[in-house]
Amino acid sequence: MTETKWLVDESVIRDFSAANNEPEWLLNARLDAFNKAEDLPLPKPDKTKIDKWNFTQFGAHNVNSTPYASIADLPEKAKVVVGEENTAQNVYVQRNGVPSILNLSAELKEAGVIFTDFATAVKEHSDLVQKYFMTQVVKADEHKLTALHAALVNGGVFLYVPKNVEIKEPVQAVFIQDDKNAAIFNHVIVVAEANSSVTYVENYISTVETEQGVANIITEVIAGDNARVSYGAVDTLAENITVYVNRRGVTAPHAHIEWSLGSMNDGNIVSENVTNLIGDGSYADTKMVVVGSGKQSMNFTTKVVHFGKHTEGYILKHGVMKDEAKAIFNGIGKIEHGASKSNAEQESRILMLSEKARGDANPILLIDEDDVTAGHAASVGRVDPLQLYYLMSRGITKQEAERLVIHGFLAPVVNKLPIENVKKQLKGIIEGKVRQ
Amino acid sequence: MSQSTLTVKDLHVSIDGKEILKGVNLEIKGGEFHAVMGPNGTGKSTLSSAIMGHPKYEVTQGTITLDGEDVLEMEVDERARAGLFLGMQYPSEITGVTNAEFLRSAVNARREEGDEISLMKFIRQMDSNMDILEMDQDMAQRYLNEGFSGGEKKRNEILQLMTIKPKIAILDEIDSGLDIDALKVVSQGINQMRDENFGCLIITHYQRLLDYITPDHVHVMMQGRVVKSGGPELAHRLEAEGYDWIKQELGIEDETVQ
Repeated sequence: MTETKWLVDESVIRDFSAANNEPEWLLNARLDAFNKAEDLPLPKPDKTKIDKWNFTQFGAHNVNSTPYASIADLPEKAKVVVGEENTAQNVYVQRNGVPSILNLSAELKEAGVIFTDFATAVKEHSDLVQKYFMTQVVKADEHKLTALHAALVNGGVFLYVPKNVEIKEPVQAVFIQDDKNAAIFNHVIVVAEANSSVTYVENYISTVETEQGVANIITEVIAGDNARVSYGAVDTLAENITVYVNRRGVTAPHAHIEWSLGSMNDGNIVSENVTNLIGDGSYADTKMVVVGSGKQSMNFTTKVVHFGKHTEGYILKHGVMKDEAKAIFNGIGKIEHGASKSNAEQESRILMLSEKARGDANPILLIDEDDVTAGHAASVGRVDPLQLYYLMSRGITKQEAERLVIHGFLAPVVNKLPIENVKKQLKGIIEGKVRQ
Repeated sequence: MSQSTLTVKDLHVSIDGKEILKGVNLEIKGGEFHAVMGPNGTGKSTLSSAIMGHPKYEVTQGTITLDGEDVLEMEVDERARAGLFLGMQYPSEITGVTNAEFLRSAVNARREEGDEISLMKFIRQMDSNMDILEMDQDMAQRYLNEGFSGGEKKRNEILQLMTIKPKIAILDEIDSGLDIDALKVVSQGINQMRDENFGCLIITHYQRLLDYITPDHVHVMMQGRVVKSGGPELAHRLEAEGYDWIKQELGIEDETVQ
């Protein structure tokens, strides 16, 4: 057993909880999780050894950042994703752990939509948050990292869409890390009640480099009967931040959850994205693009579990590995007994740009029911020298030729992303990461 | 712009250690159309690939120069920007990159940063070239060569030629896989390029392309060398009599590279 050196102890948690006037249930949940964290094992992502990774060492659990006064004051990288001040109607901006800007249109407020930072949510909507916070989608005691997360949550948002409310414009959260000491333990809950619909987009942005940092991010999406949730995320955290990110959803009958995920972090990553299709006729679609560079080691598990009948699950992941980057893509389609007439499809592809880059795509279908359809496609390969020759024979430089090939490789996913804003952002960010 | 000269001297080329070209000499000037003919397996395509810098071909002896500049010292993209172009027999397919996007990158690769071609101007040029080649307008937005028929790929090579306007172009079996109507259209595109600043080397083993594009010089390759050169009348004689008379004249039994 490796010894885990904790930078925090119970008193840090008690002080933080008291400073935020948290309800007692949350303090108890934190302490309970903290006590369990020490003994719980790390998760075991297939084919990546993470026991030497840093999930516990960071500058500080809580940094006192001054909130940004307005969107005009945001760092450039954040302004790009938020857009002009007058168009950013429903947006939350967090500086390190500190809530900075929160806009929610009067129309949505009137309709009963709740969109607020995590700390405010637990005070003002304690019962609602208690109902969903790590109770039914992700549990605190699954492993060491979920427990640590529950104990140390220090940011995030709560989005609640009442029955029959359809939100047309995307709701956006921007999490900025501009203090190298700041540890990120964000929790995001999206509840879409029956027949509602919402598009939520989040951005993770680092503006500073750090020697060692931690991001432990958990999302829980609860989609009610016939609800539609489109969830976009573009992650661009700095090099020495170890990222554990778990984005998970559950569906009631006929609910849809669509994930549009862009993993553009520069550090090591363990990513889990799971949709549990509980209700009959429910639907999950995950689209993900990844660009790896430097010495990044990354493990992405995307899983759709079919419990309900007539459920459909689609996974489409493309990744490009540069330099010495290494990525494992695990795609899991699981059809439980009784989930008849269900369909599980997945496609994973990795393109390696250099001799030292590594990729592995593991399509897994676990099927416990006869009357279903399923399919998978996976490929891992190096860039074709003849493609580069062809492009270069037209005068295009090698660097530009590679850029075109990468862009082309990711385009089949990027172009199909259901959220226009995420598509636009990702094109620019991919460009930047490829040129690094 | 003045006329360019591409000079190939005593060129020896190997692939995977096997020597394919065994001393080729050729000179192509702006304003001239040359045809290199010969049966299969005599080294014609190797010559074109070696000039462009295909990664699999190794030049073991001889020189290639463009206006006195050493082409062999240049990377593939530098050769292209210096004025060379190769219309390929088997163009690559590139998913996710549209034809228009690719062409614009090729045009801008020749322009300074900040002086990129305007989108409107580019589209106008592309549309008019596509009209000449009788290409569907939707080909501009399709992924580069992906799912193109053989004929569409060849037209697309000529579209690139017309867009890029190189000094010297090599067209490697641009006629293979084309029906007679497509052949006429493609020839029209190539003929339209004819002026004193444009030189062209047409590689073919059929005479029929030369019914539409009249070469100034005709060369016959066998056994990895140019064994006979002449004017357009040489192509006509090859059409009428085949290659056997040359073999007899030169005492060649097997014309392919050994």
